[in-house]
Amino acid sequence: MAGLTINDVTKTFGDFDAVKDVSIDVRDGEFLAVLGPSGCGKTTLLRLVAGFENVTSGDIRIGNEVVSTAEGCVPPEKRRVGIVFQNYALWPHMTVAENIGYSLKVAKVDAETRKRRVEDAMALVDLTGFGDRRPANLSGGQRQRVALARCLVAAPSLVLFDEPLANLDVHLRAAMEDEFAAFHKRTGTTIVYITHDQAEAMALADRIAVMDNGRLAQLAAPRDLYREPANEMVASFISEGIVIPAQVLSPAEGGHIKVSVLGQEVVVRCRPDEAPRAGAKICCRAPEISAATSSEPGIDGTVRRAVYKGGVARIELAPDADPSVLLHFEQPDPNPFEAGARARVRIASGWLIPGAAA
Amino acid sequence: MSVRLNQGRGQEWAMTVVVAALIVLLSILPMLRLIQEIFAPGGTLSTAAISSGLTNTTTWVATGNTLVVGFFGTALAVILGTSVALLVTLTDVRGRSAFVLCYVMPLMIAPQVTALAWLQLFGPASPLLKMLGIAPPLGSRNPLYSPEGIILLLGVQYGPLVFLLVRAGLRKLPRELVEAARASGAGWFTVLRTIVLPLMTPSVVAAAALAFVSCVGNFGIPAFLGIPANYLVLPTLIYQRLAGGGPAVLGDAAFLSVLIGLIAMAGILAQEMMSRRRDYRISSTSLAAEPYELGKWRVPVQVMMWCLIVLILILPLFGLLLSSLVPGYGIPLNAATATLDNYRFVLFEYGAARRAFLNSFVLSFSAAAFAVLVAIPVAYLVAWSGKKWVKYLNLAVELPYALPGVVLAIASLLMFLKPIPFTGVQIYNTVWIILYAYLARFLVLALRPTIAGYHQIDRALEEAARVAGASLFTRMRTIIFPLVAPAALAGGLLIFMTALSELTVSALLWSSGSETIGVLMFSFEQGGDSNYASAISAITVTITFVLMLLANQLAAHLPSGVLPWRD
Repeated sequence: MAGLTINDVTKTFGDFDAVKDVSIDVRDGEFLAVLGPSGCGKTTLLRLVAGFENVTSGDIRIGNEVVSTAEGCVPPEKRRVGIVFQNYALWPHMTVAENIGYSLKVAKVDAETRKRRVEDAMALVDLTGFGDRRPANLSGGQRQRVALARCLVAAPSLVLFDEPLANLDVHLRAAMEDEFAAFHKRTGTTIVYITHDQAEAMALADRIAVMDNGRLAQLAAPRDLYREPANEMVASFISEGIVIPAQVLSPAEGGHIKVSVLGQEVVVRCRPDEAPRAGAKICCRAPEISAATSSEPGIDGTVRRAVYKGGVARIELAPDADPSVLLHFEQPDPNPFEAGARARVRIASGWLIPGAAA
Repeated sequence: MSVRLNQGRGQEWAMTVVVAALIVLLSILPMLRLIQEIFAPGGTLSTAAISSGLTNTTTWVATGNTLVVGFFGTALAVILGTSVALLVTLTDVRGRSAFVLCYVMPLMIAPQVTALAWLQLFGPASPLLKMLGIAPPLGSRNPLYSPEGIILLLGVQYGPLVFLLVRAGLRKLPRELVEAARASGAGWFTVLRTIVLPLMTPSVVAAAALAFVSCVGNFGIPAFLGIPANYLVLPTLIYQRLAGGGPAVLGDAAFLSVLIGLIAMAGILAQEMMSRRRDYRISSTSLAAEPYELGKWRVPVQVMMWCLIVLILILPLFGLLLSSLVPGYGIPLNAATATLDNYRFVLFEYGAARRAFLNSFVLSFSAAAFAVLVAIPVAYLVAWSGKKWVKYLNLAVELPYALPGVVLAIASLLMFLKPIPFTGVQIYNTVWIILYAYLARFLVLALRPTIAGYHQIDRALEEAARVAGASLFTRMRTIIFPLVAPAALAGGLLIFMTALSELTVSALLWSSGSETIGVLMFSFEQGGDSNYASAISAITVTITFVLMLLANQLAAHLPSGVLPWRD
């Protein structure tokens, strides 16, 4: 086991920065998810850590060893990292046992030890008795487990997961998520898990690194990411956050602050050092917005869309004060709102997005 | 700082250097040597070779002839190949796979065998015509000994080449484009004329360029049909010059071979220019169009198509077979005269024939085995390294095959006329110079399918082996070779089949003791022993056919298009 240090890493292809000034410190035994939309640089980051690509500047350390610098890099075959590939990458011409035992064979481990360790690895992923099968004769979930066992058997210092659930159907995903969590618990391996699925990242990771356009947008625990996004990108990316311009009315007090949003005064959460400033924005989420009666104070607007979701309807409201902001919330049955109708909503709480300098 | 940085790059370097060195040796050096001979024979700049070549009338006559048979041969091949491709791909004719197998077959048969077969069919000694009692009197001239004959056979030989390329293009034609036109009210012929053919222009033009290069570079057909009529094209002119003058006229031959190389390149460039003029890219990929229902025309069209097969494949091969059973020139064939003596003679009695079979087998096998072994690392670099210079590497391997065979043969002669520097080894006048030329010329036949094989493999399979700790050579051996082996081996089989009865290169490079099957056939035919030549041809056609069936066994593991005769 070993930690991973990504220190101010930039990777440039031609004149395009695929990864720019990224620093991440992964603790020994930590489960880190790297989350971002496609094209954000997360796959490049994984390939840099694995050693398939080399950094343009900065350095990468695994444990205490520098493995990548602009001057050169330790090739993947000498890094002792394991990778679980998106499409499993099982060798079709080998049996399950041969697939799993490959790294031991390459390392010239004697046949006796090899056999025992392969058996152990297969037992660990619940595949005992599958050793003689070919990958083609396995189900998607079984293949995934072979891939896990294959990377496990070499006792790698670090395991990289490259969108491992993207090719599985929804039912299998939940089961495999449990499997990964159990795998992490059992082995205590340091894991870097690349995904574009936030639910997956939230469910599995100790911390999540959100990437955007090659940069690290935020690195935080799942709950902090949801409750206290560091910038607009993270705020709107995580759980469809709504970003609304606001005016800060007073200095922060005990982690809360008074702001004016769309003509209404709202108390929102904030960093302790916030003070009144121009161009502030808050992030709030659907559960923090609810319909208000006409006698209550609230934000008036026109319903743009009402989509029934089963039990609840998702309502999208364009407030009169700023129709370019779309507020969406869930209205339990029965739903009184139709597209085009007038409505009034209340914002219960939110998070003041820190200023760019913060 | 770690001491392990940049470790383990050694194998990559070693592989790249070996691959680059091989390609320089096989592709770039011979071409440079040829160019040097023209501009600076003997090491000093001189235009003597060029001016003497340019002022020779024979040169111009042969160039004119080359262009004539090249142009009309291409036209015939394009008309034949495109029509067949349209019928087979777009309509609901039955028995497609069998038809494609038969139609593509002439491409697998050496041109001189095709020529011999047709000569046996139409000549005054034709056993078939004699049986039917319509043979022209002995001593009259075979109508195929003429430019028209050459053009006809070139069209038959390279029609399948056009067919394959146009068919590949038609298969990519999205059905929506056809259906949209039909929904707009266009009938089938209007769709064909206004949608299908315009979209197929790039395929047809590319096919025409390839057919042109093959026609002008062809040696077997004009050698068998043109030399008796004293109708010389550039490849046969080169052959006659060398046969008459030996190494002394190499400078002349070099000039002629560059001339033919230039004509071939002009064909390729014309294609490039034409396909650049308009953007024909097809954006969507979808299912192929529904085949057009021929209705009451289906049976007549099928009959016509099979008549074509009978005419271009079955009759000539039948003629070949019959000739090989005739005891002597002009003797009519019947149950009493039919004999296997010709086979016995070429297989067991004639020493040079035994040698030729052995030489050709060993040469073809070595060339195929070498190409398979080299193609795997070369294709690895071409398909996966992502480096820019690799494109030129690929181009360099294509060159000796794209250019007419005589060009490479002359270049090899020039390179090895003198002993190899530093070693004093002389391979001129031995079988080794033929092997060298085969290796250079046919490598690309194994490289292309191997590259296609790599493109079908998910690179993650190699990366997984890398993170498992396997070095490059270990990955090559345990992961990559098993995965691309079927494609590479199929390429090897194609090489074996092509090289086995190859004539163009060996006609210029052979010497006593290093005869090949092709050379043997040629010298029998030139000496008037058509029956022996027919017997040898029949044997090679049989071997080719067996190998095709063998290769079919691999088909399930191959990228599509590797075996040209598979539908």
